[in-house]
Amino acid sequence: MTLASALPILPAMKTYDVIVVGGGHAGCEAAAAAARLGACTLLLTHRLDTIGEMSCNPAIGGLGKGHLVREIDALDGLMGRVADAGGIQFRMLNRRKGPAVRGLRAQADRALYRAAMQQALSEVENLSIQAGAVDDLLLRDGVVAGVCLEDGREILCGRVIVTTGTFLRGQIHIGEKTWPAGRMGEAPALGLSKRLYDLGLSMDRLKTGTPPRLDGRTIDWAALERQPGDNPPEPFSTLTDSIRNRQIDCHITWTNQAGHELIRANLDRAPIYSGQIEGTGPRYCPSIEDKVVRFADRTRHQIFLEPEGLDDHTVYPNGISTSLPEDVQAALLQEIPGLGNVTMIQPGYAIEYDFVDPRELWPSLETRRLPGLYLAGQINGTTGYEEAAAQGLMAGLNAALAAGGGEHFILDRAHGYMGVMIDDLVTRGTQEPYRMFTSRAEYRLLLRSDNADQRLTPLGLALGCVGTERRAAFLNKEAALTKARDILETRQVTPHEAGAHGIVINQDGRRRSGMALLAFKDVDFARLISIWPELESLPTEITTQLEIEAHYASYLSRQQADIEAYRRDEALELPKNLDYDQISGFSNEVREKLKRHGPATLGAAARIPGVTPAAVTILLAHVRRSKRTGRSAVA
Amino acid sequence: MIRVSGAQAGAALAAVTGRAALPAARQATLATFVDPDSGEALDRGLVLWFPGPNSFTGEDVAELHGHGGGAVVAALLAVLSRLPGCRLAEAGEFTRRAFQHGRMDLTQAEGLADLIAAETEAQRRQAQRQMDGALGRLYEGWRADLIAALAHLEAEIDFPDEDLPGGLLARQRPVLEVLAGEISGHLDDGHRGERLREGCHMVILGAPNVGKSSLLNALARRDAAIVSSQAGTTRDIVEVHLNLDGYPVVLADTAGLRESGDAIEAEGVRRAQERGSRADLKIVLYDCAATPVPGSDVLALLDDDGILVANKTDRAAAAPTMGLPVSIKTGAGMNDLLRRLGAEAGQRMGDGGSSGLTRARHRQGLEDCRDALLRSLGETDEELVAEDVRLAARHLGRITGRVDVEDILDVVFGDFCIGK
Repeated sequence: MTLASALPILPAMKTYDVIVVGGGHAGCEAAAAAARLGACTLLLTHRLDTIGEMSCNPAIGGLGKGHLVREIDALDGLMGRVADAGGIQFRMLNRRKGPAVRGLRAQADRALYRAAMQQALSEVENLSIQAGAVDDLLLRDGVVAGVCLEDGREILCGRVIVTTGTFLRGQIHIGEKTWPAGRMGEAPALGLSKRLYDLGLSMDRLKTGTPPRLDGRTIDWAALERQPGDNPPEPFSTLTDSIRNRQIDCHITWTNQAGHELIRANLDRAPIYSGQIEGTGPRYCPSIEDKVVRFADRTRHQIFLEPEGLDDHTVYPNGISTSLPEDVQAALLQEIPGLGNVTMIQPGYAIEYDFVDPRELWPSLETRRLPGLYLAGQINGTTGYEEAAAQGLMAGLNAALAAGGGEHFILDRAHGYMGVMIDDLVTRGTQEPYRMFTSRAEYRLLLRSDNADQRLTPLGLALGCVGTERRAAFLNKEAALTKARDILETRQVTPHEAGAHGIVINQDGRRRSGMALLAFKDVDFARLISIWPELESLPTEITTQLEIEAHYASYLSRQQADIEAYRRDEALELPKNLDYDQISGFSNEVREKLKRHGPATLGAAARIPGVTPAAVTILLAHVRRSKRTGRSAVA
Repeated sequence: MIRVSGAQAGAALAAVTGRAALPAARQATLATFVDPDSGEALDRGLVLWFPGPNSFTGEDVAELHGHGGGAVVAALLAVLSRLPGCRLAEAGEFTRRAFQHGRMDLTQAEGLADLIAAETEAQRRQAQRQMDGALGRLYEGWRADLIAALAHLEAEIDFPDEDLPGGLLARQRPVLEVLAGEISGHLDDGHRGERLREGCHMVILGAPNVGKSSLLNALARRDAAIVSSQAGTTRDIVEVHLNLDGYPVVLADTAGLRESGDAIEAEGVRRAQERGSRADLKIVLYDCAATPVPGSDVLALLDDDGILVANKTDRAAAAPTMGLPVSIKTGAGMNDLLRRLGAEAGQRMGDGGSSGLTRARHRQGLEDCRDALLRSLGETDEELVAEDVRLAARHLGRITGRVDVEDILDVVFGDFCIGK
């Protein structure tokens, strides 16, 4: 083990509060977030030109994921603004469904996205960016003290955030061919992974895949169904006025029976069926060979053809992720309508990798085993840019806070999707690459993408991670909302008067405010304007927000008691090194589970499957008792 | 004793005592407990009113000290559960609230935690037993239907770009309707409700002076068994309410069965016979010291729902050849008898049987589940329907075990080809 204290330290050498290893989506947000809190931050990545690279599909957002982007934006993170700058097609998914379950999704120009991310990072104060491959961590007294680079340089720091994605024992598969790798064309990092293995972190193996890339000039677009974006496009960030990029269409095509036959005939050459792949793939993102086998009765499977950029001929065929041999992939493509003459630029492949069981982490994303080391992104078993970025943001904030000697910053399940995700990860772990769905959020009607700023920006302001521009924009919007609510509360009608305007309500003689009327199913803001014409002067952004609030008002007030009960349990933090063997009354099963998970709060303990209410009460009694006597509850 | 804690405790106390004013704080007051809907008197007992924060939990607390008895407690709990803002406490909830309000010191904390652990364990075992039976299969069926319905709703919400079959919400409506209907039907099942209130009926039959009343008293005196005793509604039949192995049992003593010229005694015998024919279980007692073999008139009382008990073994010359030997006087054989009666009660309560409390918990869970389902049927927006169905699943989960998001996702990914 290399001990920093035993090494000569160059006096001129700069030391950092936080070093972020990796320049992907988690790394970028982590570095920017730490720096926003004033931490002197260094981003280390082995190639500067791939910072902000979209290594898989050229899209940001979607259901749940779009919520995450809005939440990142609400804490003044980068992803929303960068996606707006790089976006070439925007669609609000579920537009015809309720506002709580709408999700924004954008196709991005990969080059524009990358450039916008690099530009955004260059504007962040307190942040340095350097190329360098991290070979090891420097430890001092069992705590992270810096990093050691491959070229022998050592850089000291207070906290390290590792965001290196799928590099741990990465193994690519294309048909019978298989080789160790990070992303295509990049070598896997070995030195740092040795350190992580030596720490004894619990690890498991996952698999993910990507489709072949196509040359758009060889696609018969005219033969395909067009899928246009929204017009006008709605941006992710509340700081973006409008989308400036030219907007493009995507197209839809389908696999067919001939293609399915081809796949079936070559299953013995498919790594996922030949036994060559052992990792667990995501159920929501099966390879095309998996789809054909598992849903044998389906005669076709949908493919979205997504251009990777305005000036880029590369097309991403979303829906046919595969690790079949290259010749089978090429033959399969020929069978697909519109792709008869297509040129395959790069074959699809599957990648297997180790991930760290996220139960190794505290909710701050600091590792339990090595103080000062934080992990964020795919290394924690998640998938997706948005999930990675959200973790990066939270790890960056927490590392900066810790470096400054402050308290950690934890979002809970009622604050946002970020809280849901991190709580799921650190209390329950994951068996497949973890992706956000709105169904994971028990307070879904509250955690909407339209109110992400109202939920989180005040927390960010209090914390100090929100810049002046967003601060001003947010306070303006808040003031406008408050004013509008006040106006609506003071405008009141009797049931009779409401009836005169065509709004039928109980003739109970009670006067109702504009806000109360808005909660009725068939009353929208236009109806209120028909009663009080002066309301027309309120900005649409504000009236839409009030409509949504009123729409869910009855559900949200019912949910409030639930949230309060949940927060009472979350408020009770369990000591970090609580010795469960010293507490009597647990069954062996419960004791083992508590020891294994090491829940951070009483609420987290209760969410561990198999932990009984009785066990939670015993835990509560024990913790209360220890606090009261001042006696240490720890071993 | 039933304890009500929280902001609505005062209102609940007023409703269940039928009085507008609350009793003086911290003083025992005699009151009749009534069903506020029907006005029917349920029990009579003491009430205590502890305004917060000077109470067990630190909140407003009302205590109802009744005569108890599984049936009465079940009825009272049912009444209280119907009041606005009232629900059955979760296991250990009072203790937790007490902690939360800083109302508990260390020793209390430890002792109560143990107690709660024991109670919940017993409840869990009880619930487990029930879950193995026909009732368990019924609940599991509902749970599976609910998860499937929810999964299909969630699929439509979370995967809008996927090639899913259309109209998933419309397709789930009939499923939800059927579920709500089945659960309502289950809740409205009069026979089951009656059993819940009244427990398993056992009657002691036999000739005069064979020890019927002694047996009743002996059983009623046992601390483990007795919950309460009360005079029967007729002068000839005495009833006690027992809790045998967690099963509510109503045990009745009858007039001795013999031919009699006395009109009053004849009427008593007639009632005893009638009671016997209605009972779930007949305990037929004979004096084995007087007659080593029971007479044919005694044996005639036995059928599939009867057990024969030979009393007064302490005075018999030889061990009886028939029946379960006991001496009520010395207590010999009484444990065996109790075990046997518990087992018989368990068999007859069906579905694994259970105490009134567990049942009340089930009832509440099912009612909440049904109410949420009915609300969901009144909604048209996907996310609101899903919200109520999720709540329904959560309520059912209180009985069958939690419905996890992973259960739902399993169905989503199993039923639909999702993935880009």
